[in-house]
Amino acid sequence: MGIQLDFPAVLERWPSFLAGAALTLELALFATVLGALFGTLVAVGRGAHRAPIARACKVYVEAIRNTPLLVQIFLVYFGLASIGLKLSAFSVAIAALTINVGAYTAEIMRAGFEAIPRGQIEAAEGLALSRFQIYWHIILLPAVERVYPALTSQFVLLMLASSVCSQISAEELTAVANYIQSDTYRAFETYIVVAVLYIILSLMMRAGFWGLGLVLFPRRRRLGTLL
Amino acid sequence: MQQNTAPATPIVSLRDVQKSFGPLKVLDGVSFAVERGEVLAIIGRSGSGKSTALRCIDRFEKVDGGEIIVCGHRVDLPDVDLRALRQDVGIVFQSYNLFPHLTIEQNITLAPCSVKRMTAAQAKELAQKVLAQVGLEEKLHAYPEQLSGGQQQRAAIARSLAMQPKVMLFDEVTSALDPELTAEVLKVIKQLAADGMTMVMVTHEMGFAKSIADRIVFMHRGKVHETGLASMLAAPKTPELTQFVGTGNLKS
Amino acid sequence: MGGHLNINHLLFLGHGALWTIGLSLIALIGGGIAGFVIALARISPLKSVRIASATYVQLIQGTPLLVILFLGYSGLAAIGLRVSPLIAAGASLTLYVAAYLGEIWRGSIQSVPKPQWEAAEGLALSRTQRMTKVILPQAIRIATPPTVGFMVQIIKNTSLASVVGFVELMRSGQIVNNSLFEPFAIYAIIAVVYFAMCYPLSLFSQRLERRMGRGRINLGTA
Repeated sequence: MGIQLDFPAVLERWPSFLAGAALTLELALFATVLGALFGTLVAVGRGAHRAPIARACKVYVEAIRNTPLLVQIFLVYFGLASIGLKLSAFSVAIAALTINVGAYTAEIMRAGFEAIPRGQIEAAEGLALSRFQIYWHIILLPAVERVYPALTSQFVLLMLASSVCSQISAEELTAVANYIQSDTYRAFETYIVVAVLYIILSLMMRAGFWGLGLVLFPRRRRLGTLL
Repeated sequence: MQQNTAPATPIVSLRDVQKSFGPLKVLDGVSFAVERGEVLAIIGRSGSGKSTALRCIDRFEKVDGGEIIVCGHRVDLPDVDLRALRQDVGIVFQSYNLFPHLTIEQNITLAPCSVKRMTAAQAKELAQKVLAQVGLEEKLHAYPEQLSGGQQQRAAIARSLAMQPKVMLFDEVTSALDPELTAEVLKVIKQLAADGMTMVMVTHEMGFAKSIADRIVFMHRGKVHETGLASMLAAPKTPELTQFVGTGNLKS
Repeated sequence: MGGHLNINHLLFLGHGALWTIGLSLIALIGGGIAGFVIALARISPLKSVRIASATYVQLIQGTPLLVILFLGYSGLAAIGLRVSPLIAAGASLTLYVAAYLGEIWRGSIQSVPKPQWEAAEGLALSRTQRMTKVILPQAIRIATPPTVGFMVQIIKNTSLASVVGFVELMRSGQIVNNSLFEPFAIYAIIAVVYFAMCYPLSLFSQRLERRMGRGRINLGTA
C-alpha cells in the first residue's frame, strides 16, 4: 500500500493558497458583520407586537435553518440572475452567507433576550426609560455579552462553511485547492494543506474574537465571570 | 414622621380599585390615600393583594375598575403618560433588580442621563450624592455581584432616589435579605422618611412599620379591612386583623 | 417553470431524496458508533487517550466538511482504492459525524449531575457498572434532544456529497437542471423537500428539549 506524497510540489503554490485564505477571511468578516446586524434585527422582530412581522421573522429563521447552505447559495445565485442582477461571485457569496448566518444569529440573540429577567425590565420601566432605551441598555447589550461565546462559535462555523462558495466560483480557499490539485495532480496533499490552513484560520478567528470580547465587555475583563 | 398640616389633596389616592387575574379577584374595592410627606405601610398575608395594590400605583398592573390618582396623573386611564408618571414615582423591588452588566455608578446615572438629559459630569455628582445618602460612597465602581444583598438593595434605593421622585414605593424590600442585612436597609428608609419623602411600603417588618409609618393599611383577600395609626395593631377591630397580629405573621 | 417538468423528473428527484435519507442513516449509524467511542475516550482515565480523541475532534471541527469529503475521496485514491462516491462520502461523513456526536455525547455524560457519580461510587460499583447502570442511562436522556437536532445537520450536510459525485437529492436536481434549464425553480423544489425532511425533526428536537427541561429537574431530586 505505497503512498507517495509530494508536498513540496503543492507547497510551492503558497501565494495562491494565501490569496484564497485572504478571500475566505474577507468573506467571513463581511458576512459576520452584516449577518450579525441583520440577525439581531430579526431577533428583535420576532418579539414584535405586530403579528405579521413576528411571523415573517420566524418563517425566515425556520426556512434557513432547515435547508442546506448549498441550496441557499444556488437559490441566491440563480435568483439574482433571473431578475437580471449580474453580481460578482464574491457579492453573491456574501449575500448568501449573510442570509444564512442571519438566521442562526437571530436564534442565538433570541435566546439571549429571553434570558433577561423580567425584574430588570420592570426596574428600567420604573426609572422612566423609554422602550428603545430599555431595549438597547437592558436587553440588547447584556444579551450580546451573555451569548458572546455562542455567537463567536457561530461565526467561526460560518468561515468554515464559506468553503461551499467554491461551488459558485468564488475564489476562496477551497476553490483555490480544487484548482491547484487539478494542476498538480496531487489532490490529497493539496487538501491536507488546505485543511491545515482552515484550522489556522479558525484559531486566528477565535483569538480575535476573544480579544474583541475583552475590549467590548469591561465587566468580563475585570471580574472574569460570565453574566 | 412628619404630618402634612396643609389641607392639600392627597398625593396618592386609590378609590374602589378592582383587579382580577382571570377568575381570581385580587383587588376588590381597595381605597386609601397618602398625603404629601406621609409614610404609609400596607400589611397583610400573602395573597391579600398588597403587592398588587402597590404595583398598580406605578402602573405595573392595569386595574379593571376604580380610580387611581398619583401626583396628578390618572393612572387608571389607558392613556396615562407612563414616563412622566415614573419620573414622579420611584419603586424599589424585593429582588433589587440592579443591572448586572453595569457598575453601581452606571446603574444610577443611566436614567438621569437618558431620561432627564443630564450631562455625564452632573450625573456622576448626583450618583455620589445619593450613594452617600445610603452609605455606599466607596462602591461607585463596583459591580452588583460584588455587593452583599443589603448593599445591593441600598444601591437600588439610591438608583431610584437619583430620579428625584415625589413618591417612593417599597415592595417587600427586605423580604429577600438575611436578618443582619435587613437592619442597614431599614436604617436608610428611616432616614428617607425623616427627610420628608412620601412613601408607601408593603412590608412584613412589623416593628419597623410601627416605628416609622404614619398610618397603616391592613389588607385581607383583596379588601382593606382596617386603616389607622400604628396603635390600631394593639387594638384590632376586625377578626382578620386580630388573627393576623396574633399568628406571628409579623416580625417585631 | 419551463412547463416540461414531468413525472420522470419528479421520480428522479424522489430517488435522490431516498439516497439522501440513506446516506444520512449511514452517517448516523457509522458516526454514532464511532462517536460513542470518542465520547468515552474523551473522558477516559488515560491521559493519552483523552488527548488523542480531543485532537481528533479539534481537527475535524476546524475543517470544512467539503474539504473532509475531498480528503476522503482523494485519500482513498492515494492509497490506490478506487471507491464509489457512496463509500467515499459515507466514510467522510462518518468521520465528521463521529467528531460532533462525540462532543455532544461527552457533554451529555458530563451533564449528569455530580451527585449521581458520587452515589454510584459510594455503592462500590466498578467503573464499567457505574457507566452502564447509572450514568449512561441518564446521559442518553440528556443527549436525545441535541442528537435529534444534529440529525437535521446530517441531512443538510449530505447535500455536499453531490460535489464528489454522489447522486443524492442535490445532485439529482443538478442533473434534472441540465435538461430543463430552470435552476431557480428546481432548487426551490429541492429546498422544499429538504425542509419537509428537516423541519419535523427540528420541531421534535425542540419538543424534547422543552420536556427535558422539566425532566432534568426531576433527575436532580431523584
